[in-house]
Amino acid sequence: MKLPIYLDNNATTKVDPRVFETMTPFFLETFGNAASRNHSFGWSAEEAVDYAREQIAKLIGANEKEIIFTSGATESNNLALKGVFEMYARKGNHIITAATEHKAVLDACAHLEKQGAEVTYLPVQGNGMIDLEVLKSSIKDNTILVSIMYGNNELGVLQQIQEIGAMCKENGVLFHSDATQAVGKIPVDVIKDNIDLMSFTAHKMYGPKGVGALYVRRKNPRVKVTAQLDGGGHERGMRSGTLNVPGIVGFGRACEIAIAEMDKDAAHTSRLRDKLETELLKLEESYLNGNKDSRLPHTTNISFKHVEGEGLMIGIKDIAVSSGSACTSASLEPSYVLKSLGLDDELAHSSLRFGLSRFSTEEEVDFTIKTVTEAVNKLRDMSPLWEMFKEGIDLKTIEWTDH
Amino acid sequence: MAYSEKVIDHFNNPRNVGTLDKASDQVGTGLVGAPECGDVMRLQIEVDNDGKIADAKFKTFGCGSAIASSSLATEWLKGKSVDDALAIDNMEIVEELALPPVKIHCSVLAEDAIKAAINDYRVKQGLEPIEQEKSIVH
Repeated sequence: MKLPIYLDNNATTKVDPRVFETMTPFFLETFGNAASRNHSFGWSAEEAVDYAREQIAKLIGANEKEIIFTSGATESNNLALKGVFEMYARKGNHIITAATEHKAVLDACAHLEKQGAEVTYLPVQGNGMIDLEVLKSSIKDNTILVSIMYGNNELGVLQQIQEIGAMCKENGVLFHSDATQAVGKIPVDVIKDNIDLMSFTAHKMYGPKGVGALYVRRKNPRVKVTAQLDGGGHERGMRSGTLNVPGIVGFGRACEIAIAEMDKDAAHTSRLRDKLETELLKLEESYLNGNKDSRLPHTTNISFKHVEGEGLMIGIKDIAVSSGSACTSASLEPSYVLKSLGLDDELAHSSLRFGLSRFSTEEEVDFTIKTVTEAVNKLRDMSPLWEMFKEGIDLKTIEWTDH
Repeated sequence: MAYSEKVIDHFNNPRNVGTLDKASDQVGTGLVGAPECGDVMRLQIEVDNDGKIADAKFKTFGCGSAIASSSLATEWLKGKSVDDALAIDNMEIVEELALPPVKIHCSVLAEDAIKAAINDYRVKQGLEPIEQEKSIVH
């Protein structure tokens, strides 16, 4: 077993060696510009891009013409929100999204609010799920877009996408989903799910960084977004810029592998995830964050009460994970996602997110269980909060200094 | 963010973790910070009859820098007179542990904990608590 162990696969994944191998000729041999129409270098590049487009479309049940290549999910989210807002300005200015969305969505919405958009940020329930009744009652005459993420990046919680899609369709409102964490991990079908626009990226599914896609529906209804970059009019005029051919080829290959191996990967990661989770939840005062019954197969988020997440991460330095603690940020604010579940700040500061991959091994998980358990126990021995808890003191009754 | 070697050393081998008898008149306890801010320090001193700090203990809920700052503080406190202890400045902790700017609040918290422990001791001895400047609010 090699140290350190990588369990931060919601941040990014290792490129699958098969993907890497497929990409290499496109740096050194087939390096043409896919938009060059007058020589074989360009033709070969275009052919490779077209093939990748088909592979990617197939994974999500789309037509290849509905795939718009971007630099990643952040750009896709921006293009979807800003592009729809501009394109459908005559229809309305109201956008509905949720409090637990990724910053790429929330900050794009904040930007649009300055441009005159009206944005509703739906709260989530304690398990991270949106209340569909609340969503339904938020849709108004001037609503043009609902943007709800497929799987949450911090919790892995999966929203009821099919139901939300159907509700949007019924009300004649466009539906965008940030499916960055879900595509390639679980079956995603834009037709079944009634999704009109969908953002996703290669590097969360064993592909390269720097390449993503926005699915833009062409039929029932035909959706268009206003381009956010001016230039050569690539990608049906919706996203100008020379295509990242090696990246796109890798993205395509990653999708092809995902189609073939998704079931196997999901079984593997969920088995290891469940083992890790079950063992860590045996620790006293440890809590699972998010809906256990509706979530991604490879993610778990656990709070270890009375232990601070960042300190815990130093204690487990051979294991790469993420924490909801934001001790380094200027605001000292812990994760807004955890806070929107109603977790108090202390529990939010005490959380770790584990993300497994197809490359994770049983040995790594066993080592992680042992290391995290030891570190939590050690830090609790050092924690004044743990001592007070053990003495039966209610921490809420203490008057803390306003540090 | 990478931690300095000294922070890592204090984190892995914390000095003086523990609890002193907070009911004793010779013991001063300072509890500072707040759980929702992600750090809470409890620092205790035991003062002998000559006014010297005979023992110091801490427990900290917080990041590596917070744990290291309080661990270092207890090391410095032992053997010092209460008056000398009052002179410990957070910037000395910053320098010793090579804390980056985002972690300066950890050292401020340690200084606050020292002062709070000394004041608790003073009050128990029938002395006036020392007025503290309000530390920077983050």
